[in-house]
Amino acid sequence: MGKKVVVLGVGHTDFNAITPDMGWRDFMYEACNKAYVDAGVNPRKDVDSFITCAEDFYEGFSIFDEFVPDQVGALLKPCCTVCADGIYGLGTGYMQIKTGYMDIVSIEAHSKVSDLLTYGEILNFGMDPVFERPVVGSAERPNYKEGPVWPKGSHDYMVGKSDEKERVHPYFLAGMEMRHYLKKTGTTEEQCAKVVVKNKKNAFYNPYADYELKLTVEDVMKSDPVFTPMKYYDVAPNVDGAICFILGTEEKAKELGIDPIYLDGFGWSSETPWFSNRGFDAKYASMSSKMAYKMAGIKDPAKEIDILEVDDKYSYKELQHLEAIGYTENAAKMLDEDKLCNVNVSGGALGVGNCLEATGLQKSLEIVTQLRGHAGKRQLKDLNVGLAQSWRGVPSGSGAVAIFRRG
Amino acid sequence: MKKVYVIGAGMTLFRRHLLENGKELSFMAAKMAMDSVDKGIKRSDIEHVVMGSAPDAFDGIHMKGDNLLDGAGGVNKPYVRVFNGGGTGVFGPIAGWWHVASGVSDVCMVVNEEKMGNCYPHPQTAFQHIWDPIIDRPLHPNLVWLFAMEMNRYMTTYGIKKEHIAAVSVKNKRNAVGHPCAQLPDEKITVEDVLNSEIMAWPVQRLDISPPSDGAAAIIFCSEDVIQKYTDERIRIAGVGWNIDSQFWTNRDLAFPRYVANASKMCYQKAGIDVNTPAKDVDFAEPYDPFSYKELHHAEGMLLFDKGKAPLAAHEGVTQRDGDLPLCPSGGLLGVGNPIAATMGQKVCELYWQLAGKAGKRQVPNDPQVGVGQAWGDIMQMATVLAMRRD
Repeated sequence: MGKKVVVLGVGHTDFNAITPDMGWRDFMYEACNKAYVDAGVNPRKDVDSFITCAEDFYEGFSIFDEFVPDQVGALLKPCCTVCADGIYGLGTGYMQIKTGYMDIVSIEAHSKVSDLLTYGEILNFGMDPVFERPVVGSAERPNYKEGPVWPKGSHDYMVGKSDEKERVHPYFLAGMEMRHYLKKTGTTEEQCAKVVVKNKKNAFYNPYADYELKLTVEDVMKSDPVFTPMKYYDVAPNVDGAICFILGTEEKAKELGIDPIYLDGFGWSSETPWFSNRGFDAKYASMSSKMAYKMAGIKDPAKEIDILEVDDKYSYKELQHLEAIGYTENAAKMLDEDKLCNVNVSGGALGVGNCLEATGLQKSLEIVTQLRGHAGKRQLKDLNVGLAQSWRGVPSGSGAVAIFRRG
Repeated sequence: MKKVYVIGAGMTLFRRHLLENGKELSFMAAKMAMDSVDKGIKRSDIEHVVMGSAPDAFDGIHMKGDNLLDGAGGVNKPYVRVFNGGGTGVFGPIAGWWHVASGVSDVCMVVNEEKMGNCYPHPQTAFQHIWDPIIDRPLHPNLVWLFAMEMNRYMTTYGIKKEHIAAVSVKNKRNAVGHPCAQLPDEKITVEDVLNSEIMAWPVQRLDISPPSDGAAAIIFCSEDVIQKYTDERIRIAGVGWNIDSQFWTNRDLAFPRYVANASKMCYQKAGIDVNTPAKDVDFAEPYDPFSYKELHHAEGMLLFDKGKAPLAAHEGVTQRDGDLPLCPSGGLLGVGNPIAATMGQKVCELYWQLAGKAGKRQVPNDPQVGVGQAWGDIMQMATVLAMRRD
């Protein structure tokens, strides 16, 4: 399909639970600046197009696109917003390059979730206002005031505070899905806890991860039940940070003297927005991975892919996604056999933190860092092909996949 | 790069839709577009779906793109929403274009939907949150206030008369007569009516502003490889362009929209339109006209007129449907309505209908070959341009 698309540079900020010293503008500037330096390009002269992945309600603006150009260097240049995860941005950049209009594209995504005082309430706004939103309760229904539905203890920093104590946090959907997953596959809660232990341990070797922790399976099992059967440690805590990717053509990579990491394929897919009608089997992941495998020419993902970063906003999601993308038929068994040491080496969302729409770029960042051999203490050997997968989070049924290959 | 052709388009009635929600409006437009394909198309033929929709705050729905996806036919398909304020009207189809032009998709449907009527008491309240929280918001600005400033700057810089600008409202509301989707057509309106209408924020008067509206529009693109399956006509996307200026509107030249000029140049170069004299190559244009002066301001930005010269041309009838360079033959936003992203109906679908000879009463005479549509968004900083050509 003509010329190939190459990752020219990446840049990211540190990831922190709270960042009172930085605004989202500072984050975007820092990540983009580092990426431009990494690629050796000048945004004002060399970069042809700029993409940001952002959702209005996460940002707290009606039209976030307005606030993008100044700090990413896009003044009087083509610049746009894609309302989706970062991997959608990578795919958009890929397509813009393939049209022949653009040679170098910058893609940015960030999270400033610590600015959100009512993160759970924002997620509630993602549900259909008539048929679905009432299930989380409403201030007008007094009987809800008696139900102790908010997690006990102060886990506010993890899932956001709520002014309305009588409402259910929408993460309950993930709790329901986990129950379905455990029942369907025979996976145990202990096996999910193992994922938490693994990812939080991996995060020790990742300098930008914020939630590294030495845990045992018992620690996870004994932690507070929050969205049963999910316990406190099964949920990825939120984090702030920004990531920028520079994509370009192969010729540009040669000009800049960059060893190419190819973006070989991408895919995305959406299930129905009605969670009541959804299969709860991460079909979005299987559909988007099929699109990506087709584009990248991958026939047998289990054999061809060397390293994976899959979405683990909740511990069971890592196992569910590995099965959905066709990497294995029984992820829990592989985990027991210690065969998942190439999955979420960065620490994943459980170790790094849940960075909302930047999740996909955090996953891709780890893959590119590993393929380049820049991962330091957590570097794996003999890597050729890596896969990054992301999901847009509760209550969405949309997700994306990107496949990278070392040149 | 693959050639991208248009094979069908649809557009709902524009007005306050109390009975239909956003999903239903999207469904109506998507179905109309699919039904309009000459040789027919099935839902399974559509490989990718693109949604264009402006602020989530209108509906009070987070991840509004995901919410609308079943109405737009995106379930179990690759589906993505793009967004840059008012510019989405032309940016949605630009995103659809790159899906096909890149070779990733053979058939891609773009659905642009907007439901402003949900926003109580008025959609203007959603625009309270588009301002910089520290620098702008303490001034309690609103959009009419902002555009009044830009209009004043434009009039003062070039010494423009208000009655020349009022001619745009008259032309567009008259052009909208006979448009099946129009919200405010008026065949008897005169320049005096506009000049005597209520003053909102000087020099903007009530009849200078397009109405808020609910509606949706859809358009289907396909690649050169599969077009023979769907139609015998060849209406091609010749070029696209988009460009953004600084968020700090106080630091910009308000009299001339540089970002529109940049986007237009990008589009013209790819479309084979001479950047120095585009007015000679373009048969008709659909500049974005949420306010009467914006049509002229944008037409100058699109390099179709010299700076400050468009108002006189409008006054003299050059921009009428039967004039030398028809602007907004659809009736534009002033006549047909302004459901932000769904204005794709006037700005892009109209190009297709005009070039395919399907515009009915609105048809531009003399067999047009090239049309250009433009939209404008964010805090008056984003321009999106698309050129269509009959092959």
